[in-house]
Amino acid sequence: MVNRMPDPRPPMIEISGLRKVYAKRGEPVVAIADVSFIVYENEFVSIVGRSGCGKTSILKVVAGLMPPSAGSVKVKGAPVTGPRREVGMVFQAPVLPPWRTILDNVLLPIEMLDLDVATYRPKALELLKLVGLEGFEGRYPRELSGGMQQRASIVRALVHDPRLLLMDEPFGALDAITREEMNLELLRIWSEQRKTTLLVTHSISEAVFLSDRVVIMTPRPGRVAEEIKIDLPRPRASTMKSSPRFIEYVEAVGRRIGMP
Amino acid sequence: MIQFLRRHSLPVATLLVLGVLWELAVRLFDIPNFIIPAPSAALAKIAAHAGTLSRHLLTTLYETVLGFLFGIAFGVLAAIVIVYSDTLQRVIYPLIVLSQVLPKIAIAPILMIWAGYGLLSKVLIALLISFFPMVVSTVTGLRAVDPDLVDLARSLCASEAKIFRKIRFPNALPYVFVGLKLSITLAVIGAIVGEFIGGSQGLGYLILSSNFQMDTAMMFAALFLLSAMGLALFGLVLLAERIFIPWSVSDQEPGEPMATA
Repeated sequence: MVNRMPDPRPPMIEISGLRKVYAKRGEPVVAIADVSFIVYENEFVSIVGRSGCGKTSILKVVAGLMPPSAGSVKVKGAPVTGPRREVGMVFQAPVLPPWRTILDNVLLPIEMLDLDVATYRPKALELLKLVGLEGFEGRYPRELSGGMQQRASIVRALVHDPRLLLMDEPFGALDAITREEMNLELLRIWSEQRKTTLLVTHSISEAVFLSDRVVIMTPRPGRVAEEIKIDLPRPRASTMKSSPRFIEYVEAVGRRIGMP
Repeated sequence: MIQFLRRHSLPVATLLVLGVLWELAVRLFDIPNFIIPAPSAALAKIAAHAGTLSRHLLTTLYETVLGFLFGIAFGVLAAIVIVYSDTLQRVIYPLIVLSQVLPKIAIAPILMIWAGYGLLSKVLIALLISFFPMVVSTVTGLRAVDPDLVDLARSLCASEAKIFRKIRFPNALPYVFVGLKLSITLAVIGAIVGEFIGGSQGLGYLILSSNFQMDTAMMFAALFLLSAMGLALFGLVLLAERIFIPWSVSDQEPGEPMATA
C-alpha cells in the first residue's frame, strides 16, 4: 500500500533524516531516531503512533520552535532555521488566555505578527461564523464549552491565513461525541481552505477519516514504520466509517502500530 | 448597593454584636479602664482628640503606602529579573532570602542608625517587609504561563518583549494580586514596627507613648484607627483587583460556598 509514485504536486514540507535527542537529567534520550517523509501542498497528512514516539517533536521542529539534532526540515524548499510567519498551530488544550474575549483571542496572532488588527477583524468574525461561534465574539473563554473553545483555537490558527496548519492532538481532550463533531467541522473547514495540514493524533480512525495520507511511527525512538495513502473519496461523510474500505484502512494502520 | 449590603451585612453585624458584648461586659463586671476600656471610651477618645489622632494616622498611612508602593515596584522588578536571567537569579535570590530570614524587627535599630528616626526608616522597613511576597508571587505567576501559549506566540515570530507584555504579564496578574494582598497588610506592620523602634509620630508611636501613661483608652483608640486603615487599604487592593482582572475575580465570589458540585 506504500505509494511509490512520484507526486505531481510541489512538496510543502520535506523532512529527511530527522533526529532529535533530548537531555533528560543529563541522560540523552532519543525522541526521534530517523524520520523522513514529505507533505505535499494542499495535502492532509496525519502522524499516528504510541505516546512518546516523538510525534509532537516533529511538529515543533517543523514550526521552527526547536532545532533538529540531525537531518533537515524544509518548508517550500527553504531549510527551517526558526519560526516563520506562515504557520498556524493548534494544541490539545485550546490555550485561550482567559483575559481575552473570543474575538481578541482569535486576533492574537495578528497582534503577534504586528499586523493591523482592524483589517483582520472582519475575517476573524467570518471565520467564527464558519465554525458556528457567531454571537460568542464578546464572550470570555470560560463561558464556552470545551468543544467551542477548541473551535475558537482552530479559527485562531487560521486567522492570519497561514500556508501550513500544524495540529497536535487537537481533539484529544474532548469527549467522544464532541470529537466526532469536531472531525466533521475540521473536514468542512479544510475542504473550504485546503490548507496543507499536518495532524498528530492517537486516534487511528480519526487519522484515516481525515487524511490523504497517514504516517505511522514506531515506538520510541521514533521512526517511520509505514506511510499509507488513504484512497477514500472526498468530501468524506460519517457514513463512510462503516464502509469495508474504511475499516480495512483502520485495521491496516492498527496492525502496523502493533495493536492486537 | 443592596447586593453590597447583603454580602457584607453578616460580617458587619458580627462586629457590632461583639462590640456590644464587650461594652456590656466592661460595664457589668466593672473592669477598670486601664485594663480594658469600653469601646465607647475608646470612641470618645477618638472624638475628643480627632486632630491629634488624624495627624498620627496620616503619618502611618503615608509611611505604609510609600513602603508598599516601593515594595511592589522592587518586588516585581526583582521577579522579572529572576525569571529572565539564570545568572542574576543565582546572585539575587540568596540575598532576597537572607533579607527575609532576618526578622525585620531585629534589623530595624540598624536601619534607624542609617536612615534616621524620620520617615525614611519607616518606609524602608515597610518596603523590606512587603517586598518578599511580591517577589515570590510574581515569580510564580510569570512562570505559570502555559508553555503551549508561549510556543504559539514564538511560532509567530513574536519578540520576548511582546510575549511578556501580551501573555506572561497578564497571565501573572492573579498571582501578583495575591502578593499585593499579603504585602499591604505587611506594610502596615512594617510602618508600626518602625514607629515602635524609634519615632515621634504615627499610631505606633502613639500606642507606645500612651502605654507609658497607662492611657489604655487612647491605645485602643489608636488600634481602632489602625484596623480601619488596614481594612481600607486591603479593600482598595480588592477593588483594584476587580477593576484590573475582572476575568479572574468573578470566578471566585467571596461568600459563595466552594462545595456546590
